Amino acid sequence: MTETNETDREHYEAVVVGCGPGGAAAASRLADHGIETLVLERGMDAGSKNVSGGLIYAEESAPYTIDDLFDGFREEASERPVTDYYIHNVAGNKVKSYDLTDLHEDDTDWCDAVLRRPMDSWLAERVHEKTSETGGGVLTNVRVNGLLRERGRITGVTCDELDPIEAEIIIAADGVNSELAREAGLMDWEDPNEWFQGVKAVVEMEPNVIDDRFDIDEDEGVAHLFSGDLFEDVRGGGFLYTNEESLSIGTVFHLDSLVEEQAEPHELLDALLTHPLLARWLGDEYDEREYSAKLVPDSKKVAHREPYQDRLVLVGDAAGQMQAQGPIIKGMNHAVTAGALAADAFAVTRGNADPAAAGRRYTQMLEDSGTMDKLRPRRYDLARTVGERDRVTDAVERVLDSRVGSLAIGNPIADRVLQRAYNSPFLVSMLPDTRTGYVTLPSIIGEEHGRTLHWESSVEPPSLDERIGDLTYDTDVGNPHIEVRDASFEASGAAVYACPVSAEDFGGGCYRSEEVKRNGTAETVVSLDTQPCVECGTCAVVADTEWEHPRGGKGVEFREG
Amino acid sequence: MRSVVLTKGVPDFSDGAVSFNEEGHLERGKTPTVMNPNDAFALEAALQTRVRHGGHVSGMSMGPPGYSAVLEEAMEAVYTDDSYLLSDRELAASDTWATAITLSAGIETYQEEIGDVDLLFAGFKTADGETGQTGPQTAWALDWPIVTHVIALDIDPDERLLRAKRLVEGDVDEIETVEAPLPCMVVTDPEFEPTYRKASHRLTHKRLREETQNRAAAHDRHLTTWDHEDLNLDPDYIGLDGSPTIVSSVDPIPKAPSEREATMVDPSDSEEMNEILGEFKPYAAATNGADGPNAAEGGD
Repeated sequence: MTETNETDREHYEAVVVGCGPGGAAAASRLADHGIETLVLERGMDAGSKNVSGGLIYAEESAPYTIDDLFDGFREEASERPVTDYYIHNVAGNKVKSYDLTDLHEDDTDWCDAVLRRPMDSWLAERVHEKTSETGGGVLTNVRVNGLLRERGRITGVTCDELDPIEAEIIIAADGVNSELAREAGLMDWEDPNEWFQGVKAVVEMEPNVIDDRFDIDEDEGVAHLFSGDLFEDVRGGGFLYTNEESLSIGTVFHLDSLVEEQAEPHELLDALLTHPLLARWLGDEYDEREYSAKLVPDSKKVAHREPYQDRLVLVGDAAGQMQAQGPIIKGMNHAVTAGALAADAFAVTRGNADPAAAGRRYTQMLEDSGTMDKLRPRRYDLARTVGERDRVTDAVERVLDSRVGSLAIGNPIADRVLQRAYNSPFLVSMLPDTRTGYVTLPSIIGEEHGRTLHWESSVEPPSLDERIGDLTYDTDVGNPHIEVRDASFEASGAAVYACPVSAEDFGGGCYRSEEVKRNGTAETVVSLDTQPCVECGTCAVVADTEWEHPRGGKGVEFREG
Repeated sequence: MRSVVLTKGVPDFSDGAVSFNEEGHLERGKTPTVMNPNDAFALEAALQTRVRHGGHVSGMSMGPPGYSAVLEEAMEAVYTDDSYLLSDRELAASDTWATAITLSAGIETYQEEIGDVDLLFAGFKTADGETGQTGPQTAWALDWPIVTHVIALDIDPDERLLRAKRLVEGDVDEIETVEAPLPCMVVTDPEFEPTYRKASHRLTHKRLREETQNRAAAHDRHLTTWDHEDLNLDPDYIGLDGSPTIVSSVDPIPKAPSEREATMVDPSDSEEMNEILGEFKPYAAATNGADGPNAAEGGD
């Protein structure tokens, strides 16, 4: 009932938006510095909006790792460690596998599989304990919807559920679809070429069955990657990680490639799940616990070099800090580093009259710690100008496809060289994002060196309808969070394919195309129902939409993540 | 700010819980007791006051010893600090008048022994009696102002005032804004919704919830029971003897005979489906618009 005016506005020294690993690391370090910290999380529980592949790395060279900041993380919040790492080059039923453990272990202190709901909610409890002591705490069910400005300067945040809050520093750790980063004009979601899209199935499996089928001990785990012609011409690959009591199996594709090929993400996932290679691991009983999806920024292209504006700093996915090191994707570890550095930057510049002092310092720390060079390797910038030029790609493709090329790749020496090349962090960081690396080369390797699999898969993945039906939603009835601005098929039709919960000729998804007759001419238009939305943000990039997150606590709730 | 919330145990009228005998009378012994559903709104209002202004909230109920479970439920739901149960054989079969006298004595005893009360909250009607009288009569017995049908509440502790929005239902629903001095009794409307628009309020809410978990687990240690002597009440003015109204009989209202009939049809049985569709035919034609065969007969 009380009208709020500017004089009795709430004020916290620091506001952290989002309680994933980036936000948790930031809040934890802020609390260490004795800074009054409020964390606002839009999910009904931390982790309920979060999806990752997911492996979390602790790099030897990183200034902060998650277990530095949170005691007991590996024992209580993560799944199995990755003790073996393989890549499988697939050509039809022929597969050639390389051991990637060397690449995986380069600069790696440890690496664990994680499920985000249990992980993030565990982190949030610790963060709440620590930040409560500073006079703040963690609040769930609160969606920050914008930036509070005074005389054009960012001074705080606005929320759906709370009155505006002022802060000395605003750390936006609000994920890949950061509304704050976009409002500040620091990030955009225009170009599909800058994004990957991942979809994942969490598959139930008893711990002793996992041990048996993957030939590991109870304190060991494996990571398998898949590339080749498994996914036809779509650029990307697949993964399988072992959790304590489940497997995370997913696919990650370049979003522009999905759009070009008009591929259905769930069908690509099914192609992996039903491939004979997975038959011996999945067995006869396939029980999918959760289907999920997420956009992944390609840090090589979008990691912001100066991720701040006034008192706002961006960390993690919000700043595009997701490194694809060849087949290995590292995101959460960089979010942790960035979050902690942002907190430290604020602590050392506290009291500085210049509102952008912390942001500037943070940028400097990202550089000095070597984080920015991992996210945006200089040698990639040099290589991409060659690699991505179509004519060069075409020429390389033609050679590889020819008998000469196949023979060259196919000889026994090449086999050894290739395994070594895959394991070179230097070489994989230069791999151009073309068909060559993802499809052509792995297919030839599979064809020339692979052995033929004679297993049969009996896996029958659930339909998209069943997958949506198994998800939990708290729908904000009458208040859709996405609106289609241009419903023409040219502008927004790509969403019908690329949206992971939509498909052509499927009426139960988000996007569908319809033929409408107007003034005697038939026109194909796109219509939208946001109820099944998994909030991945794909349609914000590939279609012409007005895209926001649902209000606090509303929308999809991931149980595994 | 110190608040007391009045709450009552009522038979659980939900399907599957409630039990009636052959004459249609409630079987009290076979029906579990739960907190009166409308009291939840009073408790929410008390919690909102405590979250915004701090202080202490106590739950109070009159009833048999088993009603302590209802006070425990209140502690779990809205984090009351302690519970007071007015319980005595002499209080059995009280009507609304005798109940109000007893509750007001409970508040007076509370003020003498515990502390001055600023706000007394109660829900709108109980699910078993449906009189809506006990709250107003209690306020009258205390000689306090009362604000009923409250849907939003704001307290000004410095001015010792409350401002409330009341839902006044009638031919046209209206929302009335009223002010009243403290101490005051507040009866919440089922439309009452607490609002927490400040982060600090939500953090307090969260802290209270965490603190309450241990307290509610040891509810008995936070429960005080007062009998008629503790309350300084004369047995002639309480319970059955103190109740001027007597419910002389309860007659169930016979249910209107059902006018609908349901027939189950297996959709794959084409013969049965055709039969059913045949039955629909005259109705389908009638709604077919002016061109239908029965259009001339009109819509009546």
